[in-house]
Amino acid sequence: MAGPDAPAFADAPTLSDADAALVEDLLSGSHRALARVITKIENRSPGYRAIVSALHEHTGGADVIGVTGSPGAGKSTLVDKLAAAYRDRGDTVGVIAVDPSSPYTGGAVLGDRIRMGSNVGDMDVFFRSMSARGQLGGLSTATADAVKALDAFGKDVVVLETVGAGQNEVDVVRTADTVAVLVQPGSGDDVQTLKAGILEIGDVFVVNKADMDGAQRTVAELEEMVHRREGGTTGRDAGHHGAASMASTGAGGHGEGDHTADHGDGATDAESGGADAHGDGADDSWTPEVLETVANTGEGVDALIEAFDAHAAYLRESGEFAATERRRYAEEIRTLVRADVGALATAEIERRGGIDRLAERVRDRETDPYAVAEAIVGPIADCVEGATGDGERDD
Amino acid sequence: MSAEQQERAVRCLVAKVGLDGHDRGAHVIARAFRDAGFEVVYSGLHRAPDDIVQAAVQEDVDVLGISILSGAHNTLVPKVIEGLKEYDAFDDTLVLVGGIIPDEDEAELKELGVAEVFGPGTPMEETIEFIRNNVPERA
Repeated sequence: MAGPDAPAFADAPTLSDADAALVEDLLSGSHRALARVITKIENRSPGYRAIVSALHEHTGGADVIGVTGSPGAGKSTLVDKLAAAYRDRGDTVGVIAVDPSSPYTGGAVLGDRIRMGSNVGDMDVFFRSMSARGQLGGLSTATADAVKALDAFGKDVVVLETVGAGQNEVDVVRTADTVAVLVQPGSGDDVQTLKAGILEIGDVFVVNKADMDGAQRTVAELEEMVHRREGGTTGRDAGHHGAASMASTGAGGHGEGDHTADHGDGATDAESGGADAHGDGADDSWTPEVLETVANTGEGVDALIEAFDAHAAYLRESGEFAATERRRYAEEIRTLVRADVGALATAEIERRGGIDRLAERVRDRETDPYAVAEAIVGPIADCVEGATGDGERDD
Repeated sequence: MSAEQQERAVRCLVAKVGLDGHDRGAHVIARAFRDAGFEVVYSGLHRAPDDIVQAAVQEDVDVLGISILSGAHNTLVPKVIEGLKEYDAFDDTLVLVGGIIPDEDEAELKELGVAEVFGPGTPMEETIEFIRNNVPERA
């Protein structure tokens, strides 16, 4: 019950006894508890926030990989092979596969699991299907929270798989440390459509089904696009570099010397594709690699994992990891605050007779939308200003 | 505390177990469930009981629908139920069996903990209605 005096900066939500036990079970390795926690996150069950709060301090151990691409590009099959390869080297794996749901019935067939043939019966691959459930912008919050649950459970690698078709999905993969964008061969037009939004988020590009005709061409097109992105797009690059340099100064101040003291070059430059770009003077930003795989046979999967590792190493050594994390948590805070404030406003609308009645009054020219918005948000704003008092805290 | 809306959805696993390659029925069921607003995970063909248990536990489904047309239900279903118990997942999972099950076996399956058995020709609405009325209440 959000009363008028519910403070915006409350303490961490309190955990009920049952939920505390659930968290305890999850941390001690119960698959059932992990599955149940993810369900609570998905359902937005009462108390889920306290659970995620409690898990947060146990996170940070997992490498989070996002895999996206158009339908039919072979994402699920590749994720299956990736999971198997990680298992071969002894890592435990969590997978979150997001599928769209029907906007009409809310129903969904979550089919990614069918492709997980290499890992059936292996409980150390925890595979979970999630549907979009028509959540407005909430999907990325739910998946990010589910990733936290897997991370806290102790998974070494968490793979987040989603169709790259829209802002919602882009938001989802952005919560990953390393993003792989999958492309099918012979889809020149596809590569064109990738430009809008998806190309910018790829750390590694994968031409899957590389045994098909036209694979080389698609690789070449992607290579070209990646390098154009490096050179031409000053606007976006500036932001990128700005954030990076901010991070490195910040890191220096906090004395994170252990990262920089590393044997720097070894890990990052080992990769073929990226090596020449790393040579480009002092600019050590990441140049996306373009790799080929045949997910069906597992060809190229080991090289892909090497590329993921190289990117993870780059993030750590360049200090970019801290910047990325900071950016991600900033986005999470913003999303949560926006949702909560929105919920307050929705409750206020209800108290005033519901949105339909307000709309009808606007239609009758009794009032206008701006006046209604002011009437609803005004009291909330007053509370905020009253509570913070000295005002300077806002950004 | 927050006015956030809950978004509960009924989650089902539609499972094919054993050496039974007939999944047309399972597909039709999966679609009907989807259209009823359920979230449906389909297991794929030829799964071992352990695979089904793994999927049911990880996906935390409310409903496990096992489709068996091979006649091997008396060996396969008990293994699935044992597995669910092992992971402490049996009590709040509604287990349904669909397929060709003789009457005397039906009674035995229900004894084991199967909530209902749906034979050929069962109207889809009946199955969906049954799920709506019997889906386990979870904390």
